[in-house]
Amino acid sequence: MKIILENLTKKFPNRNKKEKSEVIAVNNFSFEIEDGKLLGLLGPSGCGKSTVLNLISGLEKPTSGRIFFGDDDVTNLPPENREVGLVFQNYALYPHLTVRENIRFPLENLRGNRKLTKDQMEQKVLEAARLVQIESLLDRKPSEMSGGQQQRVAIARALVKKPRVLLLDEPLSNLDARLRLQTREELKRIQLETGITTIFVTHDQEEAMSICDSIVVMKDGSIMQHGAPQDVYDSPENLFVAKFLGSPQINVFEGQIKDGFVYIEKDRVIELKDITSFDKKQGAPDGNVFVAVRPEGFITVSDPGDDPIILRCSFDKMEVMGRDTSIICHNPAAGSAVIRAIIPSEDRPVIMGSEVCFKLKPSKVHVFYTE
Amino acid sequence: MNDKKQTLLALICLLPAILFLGVFMVYPMIDVFTYSLEEGYNFASQSYFGIGKYNYSYVLHDPYFIRALKNTFFIVLITVPLSTIIALIISLALSSVPKLKELFQTIYFLPYVTNTLAVGLVFMILFRKTAYTDGMINVLINAFGGESIDFIDGPYAAKMFVMCLYTIWVVLPFKILILTSALASVDPIYYKAAQIDATPRWRVFTRITLPMISPMVFYLVITGFIGAFKAYSDEVALFGTDLNAAGMNTIVGYIYDMLYGNSGGYPSYASAAAIILFAIVLTITVINLLVSRKTVFYR
Ligand SMILES: Nc1ncnc2c1ncn2[C@@H]1O[C@H](COP(=O)(O)OP(=O)(O)OP(=O)(O)O)[C@@H](O)[C@H]1O
Ligand SMILES: [Mg+2]
Repeated sequence: MKIILENLTKKFPNRNKKEKSEVIAVNNFSFEIEDGKLLGLLGPSGCGKSTVLNLISGLEKPTSGRIFFGDDDVTNLPPENREVGLVFQNYALYPHLTVRENIRFPLENLRGNRKLTKDQMEQKVLEAARLVQIESLLDRKPSEMSGGQQQRVAIARALVKKPRVLLLDEPLSNLDARLRLQTREELKRIQLETGITTIFVTHDQEEAMSICDSIVVMKDGSIMQHGAPQDVYDSPENLFVAKFLGSPQINVFEGQIKDGFVYIEKDRVIELKDITSFDKKQGAPDGNVFVAVRPEGFITVSDPGDDPIILRCSFDKMEVMGRDTSIICHNPAAGSAVIRAIIPSEDRPVIMGSEVCFKLKPSKVHVFYTE
Repeated sequence: MNDKKQTLLALICLLPAILFLGVFMVYPMIDVFTYSLEEGYNFASQSYFGIGKYNYSYVLHDPYFIRALKNTFFIVLITVPLSTIIALIISLALSSVPKLKELFQTIYFLPYVTNTLAVGLVFMILFRKTAYTDGMINVLINAFGGESIDFIDGPYAAKMFVMCLYTIWVVLPFKILILTSALASVDPIYYKAAQIDATPRWRVFTRITLPMISPMVFYLVITGFIGAFKAYSDEVALFGTDLNAAGMNTIVGYIYDMLYGNSGGYPSYASAAAIILFAIVLTITVINLLVSRKTVFYR
């Protein structure tokens, strides 16, 4: 089922009662998720991700704006009538009930013509347990299971009543790195198998990029960009998105645009018309810009000769990590203390002296005008 | 070596407690037990005829003791469940009104810090018939066209009614205090999860709230049983010191009377009664513990 958020805003009264100001947790939020898709909601801590989920689930009432499930306006529907499944950040499994009882809990609440017999319930519990592969753990208590297993129980509990929408609030944040990788693949598989429209909150960009059909990057309650993960990565609309996505982080330089070229310090580093992500409609007025270069966007040049387009940095060290090699260097125009360039190990240059020269890959360079 | 040192250290740390418990708990208990077996004990000469179970048989055939036993059981069985349920209802109501919660909590806690005898005095004003007035409750009963009832010196049922009401009133504040904090300690995320799953309110209470606060409820039931079995001062506050005459004596009251009352001076009988009380409380507590294994959820 399609989900549409329309100008959704949520303000909280300030906890500090002396201050009259309000906390705007979600600010004029509008997006649309197609039926059966997996959307990643991505942003730094405190940017309002959980609040968006709470608004969709109905646990919080929006200050203004509308929410649609398909064609139904559910803005004023209480959570119990929205038929959503929610997996909480810490799972919120009932600790005194066994896994079986936990998963059965939502089914026992069904009334009227949806009421199920004991056998039907058991059937559905087994079905959900099989989906998340915990059939053998049904008689355990949540405290007797690992984080990953608990998470699967939480997903089974959310799925068992066949919700119209599945909401996941940082479900992988309690897992160790390996389990995380494994469970996120499983999540994707479950989502594909069930075809339930899913919103997945995370502050881990890699997680979102790897399994989501589309991602929404947010900051301070506002949407910064919405699109397919690769599109957002390849053409970030602003410096925040560029910095937020990608690991290791993108390198940012202060630079200028002059006569159709991008300059960092005195170096002419790239021609503006080559940059794929640059919005050509804007024209290219001269001015100060941030030049953001992905670590994989550098090509080392051993001998620049008198090439007019080159970026020169002061070399610090080289870190060889198997397939790739990081070149750590610095530049006075860089926003951070170090610049990290990642190149294939076989292209490793011999660096003489204290200078390293780069050519930039046009598709990995993004420029944003400073305000 | 290290282990031995640790054991020694543990013993030294425990010593004060062991000494204290030994002198004030274990020794008196053994003493009471021996007293209860000494037949024909004479207080003045500190001598006795022999050893046997005559004291127990005397106490168990004493109509005053039977009366006290019945009264005690009646009070226990009425007040413990009722006060726990009422406290639970009030606590639930309190935790659903976050705004005035603290004010109400204070009000409900007032009886706890008020002296039992002062509360007794208020109950007197409410229930006692005097030459001048029949008491406020009777005034109310009269207003609704009923006959005056003498709650303090009248029929047994009326007296028992006031007694239970009083006991519940006195134990309520503590239970409310414990239960409100138990309710507050339940993570609200479970209620949110239940709400998302469209759980009816009654089911939220029976399937989530109650199991989560069950250790505290259990604690209140156990201490409630023990406290009610030891009831005495509440009876004195309402009916005066001659409880046998009022027909409202309790086991502890009987023990006291056997020691120091008008008909007192029989430490052997008192000891036997005390041991019987001990056996009853022990049995009830063990039953409670066995039941709790199945019903109480500990994290
Ligand atoms: N009940 C509330 N009352 C007041 N302010 C709130 C409330 N809930 C959230 N906020 C504020 O709203 C903002 C967004 O909070 P939210 O929990 O949605 O962040 P988040 O993106 O989920 O963060 P995290 O990644 O740390 O979970 C925060 O500044 C937070 O302080
Ligand atoms: Mg959150």
